[in-house]
Amino acid sequence: MSKSPSPGDRKFTKTHEWVKIEGGKAIVGISGHAQEALGDITFIELPAIGKKVNKAESCSVIESVKAASDIYAPVSGEIAEVNTSLETAPEVINKDPYQRGWLFSIKNFDAADVSGLMDAAAYDAFVESEK
Amino acid sequence: MSYIANTVAQQREMLKVCGASSIKELFSDIPENLAPKSFSLHAGKSELEVYTMLSGLASQNYSHLINFMGGGFYEHFIPAAVDALAGRSEFYTAYTPYQPELSQGTLQAIYEYQTDICRLTAMEVSNASLYDGGTALYEACQMAIRATQRPRVIVDGGVNPIYRKMLYTYTANLSIDFHEIPVSHGQSDREKVFAALDDRTAAVILQNPNFFGVIDDHSDIVATCHAKGILVIQSVYPIAMALLKPPGEIGVDIATGEGQSLGLPLSFGGPYLGFMATSKKLVRKMPGRLVGRTTDAQGRQGFVLTLQAREQHIRREKATSNICTNEALCALRAHAYLSLLGKEGLKKVATLCLNKAHYAKERVKAIPDVKVMESSPTFNEFTVLLPIDAAEAAGKMIEQGFAPGFPLGRYYPGMENYLLVAVTEKRTKYEIGSFAETLEHVLKNV
Repeated sequence: MSKSPSPGDRKFTKTHEWVKIEGGKAIVGISGHAQEALGDITFIELPAIGKKVNKAESCSVIESVKAASDIYAPVSGEIAEVNTSLETAPEVINKDPYQRGWLFSIKNFDAADVSGLMDAAAYDAFVESEK
Repeated sequence: MSYIANTVAQQREMLKVCGASSIKELFSDIPENLAPKSFSLHAGKSELEVYTMLSGLASQNYSHLINFMGGGFYEHFIPAAVDALAGRSEFYTAYTPYQPELSQGTLQAIYEYQTDICRLTAMEVSNASLYDGGTALYEACQMAIRATQRPRVIVDGGVNPIYRKMLYTYTANLSIDFHEIPVSHGQSDREKVFAALDDRTAAVILQNPNFFGVIDDHSDIVATCHAKGILVIQSVYPIAMALLKPPGEIGVDIATGEGQSLGLPLSFGGPYLGFMATSKKLVRKMPGRLVGRTTDAQGRQGFVLTLQAREQHIRREKATSNICTNEALCALRAHAYLSLLGKEGLKKVATLCLNKAHYAKERVKAIPDVKVMESSPTFNEFTVLLPIDAAEAAGKMIEQGFAPGFPLGRYYPGMENYLLVAVTEKRTKYEIGSFAETLEHVLKNV
C-alpha cells in the first residue's frame, strides 16, 4: 500500500495526534494513519473549552465502527477552541484529518512540550516500525 | 445416573495433559489440614427420593402468608401467559445476542422492552436492562460522575436503604464523596438538599415513591440542580408510573428502578431486573447493552446491538461498565407482562394498589394506639407507628398467617416501632380487614 508522507508543517505523538502551532495556539488533530486504522468515525466527544489538559493525558474520545479511542493532549495547556462542526459530521476526520478534521486547540502551552514531539519523517518511520 | 460428564478414560487423558498421575496429585497443592476430610455426599438417590426430599424442604417456606411486605419488591399478580412465553426454549436458552443473524427474536424482545421502559419513564433511551434496581442505581451514579467529571453525590434518605447499601458497597474502593440527607416529613428535605449542592456535585439521587411509599414531585429539585450543572437520578416504582408523573416529564437525567413488579415472582430475592433510561444527550455515557432497529441491505427491518464501542468487550477497562451482562429473560417477562396488561390494564393495576392501600390505611388507623404517618401523600405503601417493637409485632403476625410489612428499625435506627406496610392489587378487601383485626388482636395481647 503506497501512502503519502505525513505533512511536514506539524509535529506528531506516538499516540497518533498531530500538532500545528498557529497564532500562538497548538491546533490538534489525529494523523491520516490514525483515522485509517480507526475506520469510519461515528462520534467524537470534545473537551470543554477552558479545560486544563496535561500532556499525554486523555482529553477527548473518538468512536469509530471498530472502537472507542482516547485522544491524548500532545501538550499541556488550556483548551481554547473545539471543532464543533465534528459533532454533526464526525466523518470529516476521515476525509480531511489535517485540515477540516482538526479536533481542538490548546492555548498557554509550553513550547518545550512541542519540541519534544516527532517531526513528519520520524513519525512516518515510527508508524512503519509499528507494523 | 452419573453427574460427572466424563469417563474414567477421559479423566486419565486430561490428567496426562496436566502432568498428574491421579486426581489426588492434581490437588496436591492444597495442604492436608485445609483439604476437606469428607464431602459427606449422599449415595445416589432415585428421582422419587430426590423429589420427596426437595418438596419437603420447599414446604418449610412460609409461602402461605398473606403478604403485606414491600420495601421495593412487591407481590403482584402474574398472568400465566408470562410464564408460558418466557418458558419457550427460543428465549429460555438463548445466550448473548452478539450475532444478529441468529438472534432476531431475542433482539426484538429486548428492543420492545426498551420501548416499554421509555414509555413508562417518559425518557428517550433505555438500555437492555441491568441486574436489579440497586445495581441500576449504582450504574447511574457512576454514569453521572463520568458525565460531569465531579466527585460528589447527594443521596436522599428516602432512597431504598437496600439500594444505598449496594451503592456504598460497589463504590467502597472509589473516591466518591457521598452525602446523605434524611427525609423531612417523609419527603426530600429541600432546604438541606439545596444547601448541599456545590460545584463539586455530580448528581442528586432521589426515589419516587420513596422507601416510605411517599409520592414526591421532584420538579423543583431538578430545576435547581440543572441550574448548577448537576444531574438528577430518580429511582422509580414502575407500576406507580401508570399514575404518577414519570421522571422524563420533570426533566430527570437518569431514571432507574427495580423491574421485579413487572411480571417477576419475588423468589427470595431474585433474579430481578434493573432498568435504566436516560436522554439521547447522555446515551454514550450509559452502561450496558443497547438494541437498535435498523434495515438490512435489502431494506428489511432488523435488530442489532448498537453503540457497542462503550462496552467492555471493545473498550476494556475504559468501558462504561464492567458488569457486562443484562437480564434478558427477566426483561422479556417484563415485556410480556406489560404487553398483556396494556396501558389501560397497567393503570387499573396501579389504581387498585392505590385504592386498596388507602383502604388498608383507614382500617389500620382505626386500631387503638396505632398511628399511620400521614404528613405526605402515599402510593401503595405507608408507614405505621406501633405501640411495640415492629419486629416483635411482625413475628406475632407471622404466627397468625400474615407477613405484615417491613420493620423499619433494621435500616433506620430509632424507628424500631415503625412498620412499612405495602398493599398490591392481590390483596382482597377481606384480607385487608382480617389483617387489621389480627394486628389489633396481636397488639392487645402483648
